[in-house]
Amino acid sequence: MRFGVVQFPGSNCDFDAIHVLRNVMKRDTEILWHKDHDLRDVDCVVLPGGFSYGDYLRPGAIARFSPLMQQVRHFALTGGLVLGICNGFQILLELGLLPGAMLRNRGLKFICDSVHIRIENGQTPFTRAGRKGLVLRLPIAHFDGNYYASRRTLAEIERNGQVIFRYCDSGGKVTGEANPNGSLNNIAGLANRRGNVLGMMPHPERASEAALGSEDGRLIFASIIEAVEARPPKIKKGTGNRRAGHDR
Amino acid sequence: MIDKHILGQHNLTEEEYSTIVNLMGREPNLTELGIFSVMWSEHCGYKSSRLYLKKLPTAGKGVLQGPGENAGVIDIGDNLAVVFKIESHNHPSFIEPYQGAATGVGGILRDIFTMGARPVALMDSLRFGPLEEPLTRSIMEGVVSGIAGYGNSIGVPTVGGETAFHSCYSLNPLVNVFCLGLAEKDKIFLARAEGAGNPVIYVGARTGRDGIHGATMASAEFGKETEHKRPNVQVGDPFKEKLLLEACLEVMDKGLILGIQDMGAAGLTCSSTEMAAKAGTGIEINLDLVPQREEGMTPYEIMLSESQERMLIVTTPEKKAEVQAVFAKWDLEAPVIGRVTDTGRLVASFKNQIVVDVPVNAVVNLCPVYRRPTALPAYIQRNDRHPDLPVPDDLSAVTLRLLSSPVIADKQWIFRQYDHMVQTNTVLPPGGDSAVIRIKGTGKALAMTLDGNSLYTYLEPKAGAMIAVAEACRNLASVGARPLGVTNCLNFGNPEKPEIMWQFEQAVDGIAQACRFFGIPVTGGNVSFYNETEGQAVHPTPVLGVVGLIKDIRRSARPGFAGPGDSVILLGETKEELGGSEYLRTIHGIEAGPVPRLDLELEKRVQEVCLEAVEAGLVRSAHDLAEGGLAAALAESSFYSRGMTGCRIELESAIRPDALLFGESQSRILVTCRPGKSRLVLELAEKNGVPARTIGRTGGQEIVISSEGQELVKIGLEEAYSRWKNAVPQFFKTWP
Repeated sequence: MRFGVVQFPGSNCDFDAIHVLRNVMKRDTEILWHKDHDLRDVDCVVLPGGFSYGDYLRPGAIARFSPLMQQVRHFALTGGLVLGICNGFQILLELGLLPGAMLRNRGLKFICDSVHIRIENGQTPFTRAGRKGLVLRLPIAHFDGNYYASRRTLAEIERNGQVIFRYCDSGGKVTGEANPNGSLNNIAGLANRRGNVLGMMPHPERASEAALGSEDGRLIFASIIEAVEARPPKIKKGTGNRRAGHDR
Repeated sequence: MIDKHILGQHNLTEEEYSTIVNLMGREPNLTELGIFSVMWSEHCGYKSSRLYLKKLPTAGKGVLQGPGENAGVIDIGDNLAVVFKIESHNHPSFIEPYQGAATGVGGILRDIFTMGARPVALMDSLRFGPLEEPLTRSIMEGVVSGIAGYGNSIGVPTVGGETAFHSCYSLNPLVNVFCLGLAEKDKIFLARAEGAGNPVIYVGARTGRDGIHGATMASAEFGKETEHKRPNVQVGDPFKEKLLLEACLEVMDKGLILGIQDMGAAGLTCSSTEMAAKAGTGIEINLDLVPQREEGMTPYEIMLSESQERMLIVTTPEKKAEVQAVFAKWDLEAPVIGRVTDTGRLVASFKNQIVVDVPVNAVVNLCPVYRRPTALPAYIQRNDRHPDLPVPDDLSAVTLRLLSSPVIADKQWIFRQYDHMVQTNTVLPPGGDSAVIRIKGTGKALAMTLDGNSLYTYLEPKAGAMIAVAEACRNLASVGARPLGVTNCLNFGNPEKPEIMWQFEQAVDGIAQACRFFGIPVTGGNVSFYNETEGQAVHPTPVLGVVGLIKDIRRSARPGFAGPGDSVILLGETKEELGGSEYLRTIHGIEAGPVPRLDLELEKRVQEVCLEAVEAGLVRSAHDLAEGGLAAALAESSFYSRGMTGCRIELESAIRPDALLFGESQSRILVTCRPGKSRLVLELAEKNGVPARTIGRTGGQEIVISSEGQELVKIGLEEAYSRWKNAVPQFFKTWP
């Protein structure tokens, strides 16, 4: 399978995602430039973390207008897998592919830390290698991760099983103390109704190698690979065999 | 037309002015005077420090670039080089803490990527007044969020640093920013304007009126009124810098440019004259072509603006279009604003008139150098010996009080605001002895640390500076890294005062001597004078940044205990030394010497034993002893341990118990190992002539320390941890 990582001006976790996908998960990974109009036949689009357009106006508010995002929207609406990490999550919210919005963290400070999250739905292409109730330890690093939605939307996403991850303590208990940023219902990760688009504030790409202290993040990427590779092979168009660009 | 008043505004003496007239062969106009004034300011010209800095050893194994460029460069094998430097942004951070600190980060980042290196780590050395003061808290909040705001956004992890508090910094905080980058060894770029006729391209942000005379401001004391200097502080735009970073690295990677220099202090003036001077050429600039943010800017303002996120690039006529295409891809302007000449002069035109015509060599290299008078300060003798003191009864309570001194206490409140993991290389996060980042694809890692105990350097500048070097190297040894090179930031008061100059001379002597002894080159740094407000100088504060290499990342150490049941070994010797200690300051309210003695030979051997033990895989944890002595080190090792492991320590020593517990004798490292391996570690120590003893075991939920069978300290881990953890945050409003 092939991943595509979108590069916006101001993305700064793009190379981290590319590194993990290529060198740890050993999958072809395309770098997709935001000004392009072609998704290059990838099976999963990753919107990486960072400060696209400097977070000016609102995080993700400008990136959603990048030319490539029209393709991403189409790709998502036709069932393509899209993973938004941190700023990528914020962009998905701005794009309207996911419901709700992000507010400034409750403490009004940027937070970089390790947190625990609990898998709430193990039936998605992003969590199928895990199971409901499993606790992962992943880093967060954001200023605007305080998830907010109207009461009605909140009830709806809860009812539909769209809440994929919740902040919890190390034992898996969802508590106010374990909520780092004030997110409603401790929401750390959210999918669309169809389950093919996931936004999450924690950074799985920062926890995919033992040398960095946690490998829990691999579960997300392994799930995606499993989901894609279990599908019947599709007929590829285009030239294929593109050389993967070079990693720094 | 240039009168005393104007000279005063430009911080130039009449003597300096007549030198300028001689070098020019005529009177300068106001713009030209402005150019000389910034380039000959203390900040850019190093006029009071240059003679002393010559004493620092700059050559050494692997040095590809020493002082004189934007940053030092050292070969680390695998065709890679590390590029690193530290710089101060003290004055702006006092006037406008957020932007002052943010643009400090922006500036040091540019120094690194100007050389062709991708910045991979940031660190900061911060000094503030006591946290009890509201002003300090507001400055600290601003500085920390400024560093976070810039570093986080641009995606370079802030992996470490140090923070200390003392009333001498209340009105003059120190913000020293360190950056390290990685480059391919054969792709280092220099600030040179080669080849007459080549185009000079301006890239990045537009020029505005911000930061005019920032360098001059940093070269004078502050009086009561600083509010009006706020416009001298630049405003940072990390997003613009991120674009600039990516675009610059792309044109470098593609081999499209000949030379490049960032516009930092003294902006366009500094970059153009330095590039020409280094290449022995000249530069011609049309100021009408300089992108401007505001209307009606004068040549004076354009030349002296310190607007951020700008670079000057020299390329060939053939590659010009390709360079511009790369910048266009990143949505950045890149107009040609001039060309390289062979005249040796900087000539600038504005509205078809020549407004500047100065010899670049005079501007860059002929700044007057002063050997300013020095005098032994009176306080030195007054404070050289602390009085006899009773040993406190309750040493457990003393331990807890020390752990909650902000100098020793946990600094997570600060570094939790910094993205310290982006780029996925951070192996040892902030808080340890050194930060450690891996080098992808090599199996190696880099360790780095910032160090400086300004109470030591206040009491005994030379000894204190030597200790700073020794301790920085010890910090590296504690993680298993061998030092590669040093950068330093020398923060002092007004050099025109003989007592300050004496402190400076002594400190530089100490650094030079210690670096020479350890055989580590000083590849660059920064001097910040005039750290005085209302006549009150900060403590002399040399901050040492040392970078080291870990050859095999699997063979490195961490400060936290690895688990219960390990042997605790103390390398080095504890003497009855309380002078200059945090214990003396916090518990007894005394700031007096003598500072701990440093035996360089012993220091080197202690570090060698630690390194060999780590490299042999014997060590489960290692932590160097610093402020708060043995007791603080044991507590910190417990706090950093997996699952909070305490320890039980039995000492055999006849020295006073407070010195035993809290004294800051140098050349000591705490290591732990499996009980079966302790013999090997002790043998290694003996072979190297290092005193070493097994002093206890890890385990339990307490820290218990006894000496000669008598229990001195017994504290519960939970309480100790919460005291240590909450000491800093309690001063701020916090929500989880």
